[in-house]
Amino acid sequence: MIASLFDLTLCLLILAVAGAAVFGRAAFMAVVFFIVYGILIAIAWLRLGAIDVALAEAAIGAGLTGVLLLAALSRIMRNIDAPEPAPVLEGKTIATGLASLVVTALVAHAFLTLPEPRGLQSRVTANLADAGAENPVTAVLLNFRGWDTLLESIVLLAALLGVWTLARDDAWSGRAGLRHVTRPGGVLAQFGRILPPIGLLVGIYLVWAGSKQPGGAFQGGTVLAAVWIVTIMAGLMQAPRVADRALRAALVIGPVIFLALAVAGVFAGAFLVFPPAHAGWLILAVEAVLTLSIAATLAMLIFGPPEGEEKR
Amino acid sequence: MIAPSASLLYGLCGAVLIGLGLYGFVAHRRLIRRVLAFNVIGSGIFLLFGASAYRDPAAGADPVPQAMIITGIVVALAATALALALIVAHARLAQSGALPEDETHEDGSEDAP
Amino acid sequence: MTDSALSPAIALALILTAPLFGALAAMVTGRRGAGIALATMTATGIGIVTLLVIIAGDGDFTLAIGGWEPPLGIQLRADGLAAGFITTTALVMGAILAVAGKPFGAGATERRGAYTFWPLALLLWGALNAIFLSGDLFNLYVGLELLTLVAVALVGIEGKRETLAAALRYMMFALMGSLLYLLGAALLYAAHGTLDIALLAARVGNAPGDIVAAAAITAGLAAKTALFPFHSWLPPAHSGAPAPASAMLSGLVPKASFYILLRFWFEAAPDIAGTGVLTLLGGLGALAMIYGSLLALHQNRLKLIIAYSTVAQLGYLFFVFPLAGGTSAAQPWAAGAWSGAVFHALSHAMAKASMFLCAGLIIEAIGHDRLPGMKGIVRAMPMTVFAFALAAITLMGLPPSGGFTAKYLMMTASFAAGQPFWALMLIVAGLLAAAYLYRPLALAFALPDADAPVPGAVSRARQAAPLVLALAAILLGILSAGPFAFIRIGRPGAAVEGLE
Repeated sequence: MIASLFDLTLCLLILAVAGAAVFGRAAFMAVVFFIVYGILIAIAWLRLGAIDVALAEAAIGAGLTGVLLLAALSRIMRNIDAPEPAPVLEGKTIATGLASLVVTALVAHAFLTLPEPRGLQSRVTANLADAGAENPVTAVLLNFRGWDTLLESIVLLAALLGVWTLARDDAWSGRAGLRHVTRPGGVLAQFGRILPPIGLLVGIYLVWAGSKQPGGAFQGGTVLAAVWIVTIMAGLMQAPRVADRALRAALVIGPVIFLALAVAGVFAGAFLVFPPAHAGWLILAVEAVLTLSIAATLAMLIFGPPEGEEKR
Repeated sequence: MIAPSASLLYGLCGAVLIGLGLYGFVAHRRLIRRVLAFNVIGSGIFLLFGASAYRDPAAGADPVPQAMIITGIVVALAATALALALIVAHARLAQSGALPEDETHEDGSEDAP
Repeated sequence: MTDSALSPAIALALILTAPLFGALAAMVTGRRGAGIALATMTATGIGIVTLLVIIAGDGDFTLAIGGWEPPLGIQLRADGLAAGFITTTALVMGAILAVAGKPFGAGATERRGAYTFWPLALLLWGALNAIFLSGDLFNLYVGLELLTLVAVALVGIEGKRETLAAALRYMMFALMGSLLYLLGAALLYAAHGTLDIALLAARVGNAPGDIVAAAAITAGLAAKTALFPFHSWLPPAHSGAPAPASAMLSGLVPKASFYILLRFWFEAAPDIAGTGVLTLLGGLGALAMIYGSLLALHQNRLKLIIAYSTVAQLGYLFFVFPLAGGTSAAQPWAAGAWSGAVFHALSHAMAKASMFLCAGLIIEAIGHDRLPGMKGIVRAMPMTVFAFALAAITLMGLPPSGGFTAKYLMMTASFAAGQPFWALMLIVAGLLAAAYLYRPLALAFALPDADAPVPGAVSRARQAAPLVLALAAILLGILSAGPFAFIRIGRPGAAVEGLE
């Protein structure tokens, strides 16, 4: 596709907003610019024919990452109170700037001198019928390169374990995150009543449709995580305790079932096999439990470690 | 002059983002800004990768890089979440948003997050 | 036919999934971590023994996951090298988990540290096994990320200000390393349409994209292996973590990134290694050896000495590049250098883990790891001090240890290649290691001060674990012929003859 004026404008916008996010002096503004940057990148993905990636970037790259950054910023600001520093132009800054320019030039040169494309489109299309999903990206994620996805779901759990490790010993039996106090009739409480059912539908649809159209477990899981977070922040539910068995079961069930499927394939002589006759519903089943686990893990990552009472 | 393809444009955009983010990652002392820069570098790499998957639009986009990029986005999120939790926990104890070696200048001035 | 197709798949499935299942189970149950670890060790052990038998009998093999052959799917590769690393990892993890039963044991109620340690440790093991068996560069990336996040979490598990700072520093370096690796992988796929190591071997050439990719991948992995000058994160991180975690972090974690470097340079991209790059890697390794050893001499805390020693010892590994890489690959000494590096990685893993476990037991007995407090501790903990001494023999490279075999192989390769500089460095490093390990040992055997507090008692069963590891490292040297031949099964390489 020939680049249009739109693409050029988008790229310039992306670079400008990224510059503001990286160089801006006020941390809060930098994070806001970063979220905008994430949305713009998602649009870029649409232009590059990668709709599943656009969904993931918007939800996870811009949305979740932005929320994490804002939450962290507000918690740090509670502890520290100091003015912004003035930027200092010194040898180290100039050297770093030069190094960045060199890296950009090298990478650009490598990109420009790439040989003729040798993509795997044809191979994927040829095997799509046996893969159990019509969406080629879902087929790659769940079937052709399913081991990557399995490990990736465990990476999320590992990060959660790491976050939980940072709780104070005496706060361990408490509920995740800081306590929320919400005005009963306020806007957030209203959102908490209206948004969750819509979000639930959207999230489940994203997973269900992901087999044939853009969508999938990660994108749907993020929406479901958001539903849960909004419900808790609106005061309609309480954040779960870290020791809650139901929570822990929800966190692990996706990877456990995926792993069990992987081991079961051994009896067909291979590891992690989706027999073509059953691949369709097997993939949906795995995606369903995976979505549950992903949603739970992402939500718990946003809440953070159990904090107990806030000490001022 | 041949009009540049969209893939080329986004690929170069990705390369610039990598350099931009790299500068931010090395130059900033505040850890939270470094995590932000890390995400910029990451999305730059993904953009470059995704652009390389779309070099021949007639053949459609290569779904394998797209799947890898989605995996990469999730992994980057996991790393970001852990990094930020560490930064918050450290800031509580150290009263600072930077590592000890990046903390004060010679003139004794403190940096803000 | 089904039988012989069944057992390789079963072995790999057990090795890959048992630690992961164990971690997930430990996450749910909370207070049964030690028991789950035991079950995991058994299941994984069965898989490993099966794997060793298969490889020793039928040679190396590959397994396409899901039946999808590369470039579409991911291929697992089980050869002598992979099996060697997997076996060593299992031995080390077994010893560590045996010792960790007490500090992280279950109490009446669930405690934070005791809860999170077991799933993290088992995930670390699972990540290592996934890395050692993978034949795909992107799959290696995901495994490496899992390993890194778990390792960072383990550094910060005690939650003190210094350990959190150490964990953050480690995280920053590791994040940079991951990004560099990812950039390289992206460029390679963009150029060649696959990330399978075996397929890349035929496709990677001298194009600018490939060179930038190789540089990025190498820089990223070097940062994770704490190669000079990317080493500053390691000593505080490894000394700040609790001893069982330090044993994992020093003994096993850097070996994974080094393993990927080996796979990359010797199997995916053997032809593009120029002498300059290889010498640079070797040179940085030499700098790490000297710098780490000199700093170790100045430390007054036992764990810091051991951590700086890791920086030095990891430097040895990088000598494999000038000695066996690039144009040297076809020379007869290349196989010896390669085997020497692998032997060093394996024996260091066991010896270093043993040393950290000993340090942990000493800390349990006297309450701290400051050197003066160790005076005369041999009377209270003879097994531990003996284990420490045996591990020190391996690290110093004295015969008949595995460390000596590794050093000997690399030194002879160095002389045969006409590059005596590396051999000289190995000698110097060995002397320095003797110097910085002599201090704690001498103190341990000295007469205790009259007014020193009596050390607490540590059970003999727990002291046996590091002793077994240290003995295993020595055995690797005594019985080296078998492992020497075994790790070369399935190794693609021009020179198959070793050095007589």
